[in-house]
Amino acid sequence: MLLLLGGRVLDPSTGRDETADVVVEAGRIVRVGPGAAGEFAGREQVERIDCSGKWVVPGFIDLHVHLREPGHEYKEDLASGLAAAAAGGFTTVCPMANTRPCNDNRAITEMMMSGAKAVGRGVRLLPFGAMTKGLAGEELAEMGDMRKAGAIGVSDDGRCLMNAAVMRRALEYASTFDLLVSQHAEDHHMTEGAQMNEGELSTRLGLRGWPREAEDIIVARDLILVERTRARYHVAHISSMGAVRLIREAKSRGLRVSAEVTPHHLTMTEQALINYDTHCKVNPPLRTEEDRAALIAALADGTIDCIATDHAPHSTMEKDCEFSAASVGINGLETAIASTLALVRAGQLSPLRWVESLSTSPAKLVPDLDAGSLREGSRADITVVDPERRWTVTREALRSKSFNTPLLNHEVTGGIHRTIAGGAVIYEAPRS
Amino acid sequence: METFPHRHILGIEGLSRADIEHVLDTSNAFLEVSRRPVRKVPTLRGKTVINLFYENSTRTRTSFELAGKRMSADVINISVASSSVSKGETLYDTCKTLEAMHPDVIVMRHASSGAPHFVARNVRCSVINAGDGMHEHPTQALLDAFTIRRARGTLEGLTVAIVGDVAHSRVARSNALLLKQFGCTVRFVGPDTLVPPELAGYGVELHHEVEAGVRDADVVMVLRVQTERLKGALLSSLGEYSRTFGINRRRLALAKPGALVMHPGPMNRGVEIEPDVADGATSAVLDQVEAGVAIRMALLYLLAGDSGEA
Repeated sequence: MLLLLGGRVLDPSTGRDETADVVVEAGRIVRVGPGAAGEFAGREQVERIDCSGKWVVPGFIDLHVHLREPGHEYKEDLASGLAAAAAGGFTTVCPMANTRPCNDNRAITEMMMSGAKAVGRGVRLLPFGAMTKGLAGEELAEMGDMRKAGAIGVSDDGRCLMNAAVMRRALEYASTFDLLVSQHAEDHHMTEGAQMNEGELSTRLGLRGWPREAEDIIVARDLILVERTRARYHVAHISSMGAVRLIREAKSRGLRVSAEVTPHHLTMTEQALINYDTHCKVNPPLRTEEDRAALIAALADGTIDCIATDHAPHSTMEKDCEFSAASVGINGLETAIASTLALVRAGQLSPLRWVESLSTSPAKLVPDLDAGSLREGSRADITVVDPERRWTVTREALRSKSFNTPLLNHEVTGGIHRTIAGGAVIYEAPRS
Repeated sequence: METFPHRHILGIEGLSRADIEHVLDTSNAFLEVSRRPVRKVPTLRGKTVINLFYENSTRTRTSFELAGKRMSADVINISVASSSVSKGETLYDTCKTLEAMHPDVIVMRHASSGAPHFVARNVRCSVINAGDGMHEHPTQALLDAFTIRRARGTLEGLTVAIVGDVAHSRVARSNALLLKQFGCTVRFVGPDTLVPPELAGYGVELHHEVEAGVRDADVVMVLRVQTERLKGALLSSLGEYSRTFGINRRRLALAKPGALVMHPGPMNRGVEIEPDVADGATSAVLDQVEAGVAIRMALLYLLAGDSGEA
């Protein structure tokens, strides 16, 4: 038995926001409420966690990570990636399919699932399978088989599915298996050689631009296709205000669409690139303050459903080089909470909505997932957030194998006190 | 002489008007050195300059090499056939290797914008940017300013039309940054594909009609236009470019009488510039080349010259 005592319990699934206890037994939440632990006071073999000053929330779910196994274990592997997830407060993560070999068939999906189990970090792995074979954008991958092996969605992430005819069929076929279709929206013809957001700054820095329109055009096209299918369509790492407008309009018409936004697109702009900092090179690129404001507003009003990290670990080799040679991506699992809490402190996001966008909302995008809620009877995936904890993002502090983050060596506010998955504590903050 | 407050020359951005004037004034003295019968001074004896060129450039590399040699520095040229896909030594390792040889200055050209900034962060010696991607080419802008100032007596208040592939031009960027510091009116002239609206951020005028672009200009600076722009659907043909934007006598006549014609080279005669303009009475193309050596001598002196220590 585990007693979480006196924390601020934030549960978007019920709207609860009050100081309360949470009681966990046999992997389930058995009681929630002010003083709820009292009736269990006499029990033996009870672990008590003082949660005063902390936020007790449903375990976080990250719909978009790259854990690099199989194939790029020098950047990250399941063990380090899942440890990083636990340290970041995530109890469920969804790795993308662009491993090597890529996850475009049942064997790889099974390998990931059993690998995660063997690693035993307690974090649930719900992979995305590839939409097309070899992520090549031509032939459909065996979505049904991958679904049986544990995949919850399909995506060619890293690449956009450019061919509209194939995209239409992918949406239709994925509907057969009720898989979420996550699109990396980028018209590759418009972004050849692109290094950063297109605009005055890219002109000034002499870096080829990645225009917003390359994202908007694909989202617009996909929404037209979605309308004639039963598909559940999801925009990965939305970055442009135009795409936000399109999603808002589609939702107003009742289309089954959703979107995720990364912590870096919510908290940074292209201005971070002024000194050619490769840690800020990411795809889609960091955009303008206007886009950032639109993303925050859309996350607050629910147009954008959730926050996903797009955790993209890379080795020093791939970042400590000239800008055009650097790989794209930011290491995000362990800093997502600190960086997005800044929006809560700034009053741009309510605490409940913040929690919802990291747990309840993404949970809803996975059918029948027992997560994202602190209701009595739910699986005990619980994160205890310490909103005041100040810590420095150092190589040593990160569980990830890589440390390619613009926050490296910066002090941040907000950390994880405990991460609990299926009733077991899988992460405990270092004593400071 | 007052000391020069920079260790590197990575771009015109970051140089003040006083810094630029300091370089131009210093160059005056070195122009004279190149016109002597014995074109060598001992100023940089015992200093080492490495020309690290990741892009082919006969003219800029030769200019830097001569500049170093006329100053008595030891000059080493390294040409690296580079392509981002070829798995050679990383730029980081190259920096560290060269640094271990104790150079005083690394002169660097690279196809990746910001590459000299990366090198500057990783070495203790001075770095001069000899052109990085589409970003900057500060020594070109300095030699252009030097050429204009000698021809016109001042830079102040001039109207300079920069015609051609501005979007991909580090020369245009560095020139705009420099000329704006002297109150010049700078015009970028070319088709919309090569003169996109974002360029207005430089505080320049954008012109998509060549006649309006060069009208009453004091200087017409012509940029090289390359066939590779056909690939990205930025141009239809060099022929049509020449017909719509090429600088010929008729168009030059719209500029101020005696307007200076400049080109950073190498020229595509008959494409962006007609031969009779390139070789015309007001062409400053070869003055630019001469100025280039003087500017580079001045920069090597300012960065590597002994300022008191043994």
